[in-house]
Amino acid sequence: MRLFANTAALVAKELQTEFRSRELLTTTLVFVLIVIVLFSFTFDPSVSESRRFGPGLLWLAFLFSASLMLQPCFLKERSNDTLSALRLSVGDPFAIFLAKFVSNTCLLLLTQVLLLPIFAVLYNVKVFPVFPKLLLVFLLGSIGVSVTGTALSAVSSQARMRELLLPLLLLPLLVPILISSTEATAALLAEQPALRRDWLGILTAFDVVFLTALWLFGEYLLEE
Amino acid sequence: MSERIGRPAGLKFTKIEKRFGALYALRRLDLEVQPGECVALTGRNGSGKTTLLRVAAQLTRPTRGELSFPGLQPAEAPAIGYVSHAIMLYEELTAEENLRLFARLLGIPEPTKRIEALLEATNLTNRANSLVRTFSRGMKQRLAIARALLHQPGVLLLDEPATGLDTESAAWLTNTVRGLRDEGRTIVMSVHGESALSQLATRAARLDAGALVADTRSGATFQSVFGMGSV
Repeated sequence: MRLFANTAALVAKELQTEFRSRELLTTTLVFVLIVIVLFSFTFDPSVSESRRFGPGLLWLAFLFSASLMLQPCFLKERSNDTLSALRLSVGDPFAIFLAKFVSNTCLLLLTQVLLLPIFAVLYNVKVFPVFPKLLLVFLLGSIGVSVTGTALSAVSSQARMRELLLPLLLLPLLVPILISSTEATAALLAEQPALRRDWLGILTAFDVVFLTALWLFGEYLLEE
Repeated sequence: MSERIGRPAGLKFTKIEKRFGALYALRRLDLEVQPGECVALTGRNGSGKTTLLRVAAQLTRPTRGELSFPGLQPAEAPAIGYVSHAIMLYEELTAEENLRLFARLLGIPEPTKRIEALLEATNLTNRANSLVRTFSRGMKQRLAIARALLHQPGVLLLDEPATGLDTESAAWLTNTVRGLRDEGRTIVMSVHGESALSQLATRAARLDAGALVADTRSGATFQSVFGMGSV
């Protein structure tokens, strides 16, 4: 029970500090917005082209923005050595990861939901009839991105070339997420929308495997 | 601050070795601190004081050797309060929010009373709702000490706690450590040279290149430990 109480306290702290500074959310929102607006002006896609390329573009933008969002995740805990204070205070260090993972997922999901209407307008695709199903894809995709990114952020924050290291490690690992999320989103934005359970299955499996690995080995990632 | 104090455990370092790559931070160090003792660690910069304190706080795993806590049951986790060079606080939270967060993490029952008592003891009551980033170095250090004392730890590890403090804050720190020592807590603090803070110690130990080179409890050698090689 203490694990969940500690996680809840840390999630509240993460969201409180983020909504107070709005640093990560603003940066991520602006980055994704720039990417989808620039692509829309560059290609001026037709409806069929948007259905074909839009989901891939959207998820690529989300992945790059996620690497921006996840970069300071553990780095900011190092400046005042608050990570040590957390390690001395929580019973189970997994609470630190769980809180970071939950707050990152929430922020990523919020970015996606806020930008979806703009994407729909610029690329002329109907998202609202399939919104709940899209939300499920976004949720599963965001969990995968966050759980992997949170773990790698802990690793990269201790390295010398930390700014470069996270995207280098993260993006190749997220290829299965990118493919599955893009395919599942494309199927929902098709002329005959369908929820592709096979891709959702892959997303779920990825999430479960990486979350379990984080639970098992997370403690070692925090050691100096 | 006169509530129930966590059981003052001792600290026993047995052949502790810590390597960072090819660099030896600690070399087969043996040291036993009795429960209730106040030990001043001294030595040059890079002599291993901070590493030893981080090993004691279980923040750094030794490469070799063993750390144990005499006075505690084998399965009993020691209540450790740790103050480092860094303030270990969130600058974008207020003083009260910081203490409340760590009180929740530590599972302290009725944290409000404890937080109010600590803010009063550290003369920060009137700044309880100010963001920590607006604090002076001395105020941050006082709050860092309040955070370390939240759970009434029996063992206190202080890593150069007087760094960057003005005369008034340093005097406050000395009085606070004296009070904590008199309450019977085990204290290990790293200090630079002889100071009002180091004079509170009941034992002095000096490190050099990761090895324990002097360890004394009283007599003429006690003062000399602070003089030799300290910077």
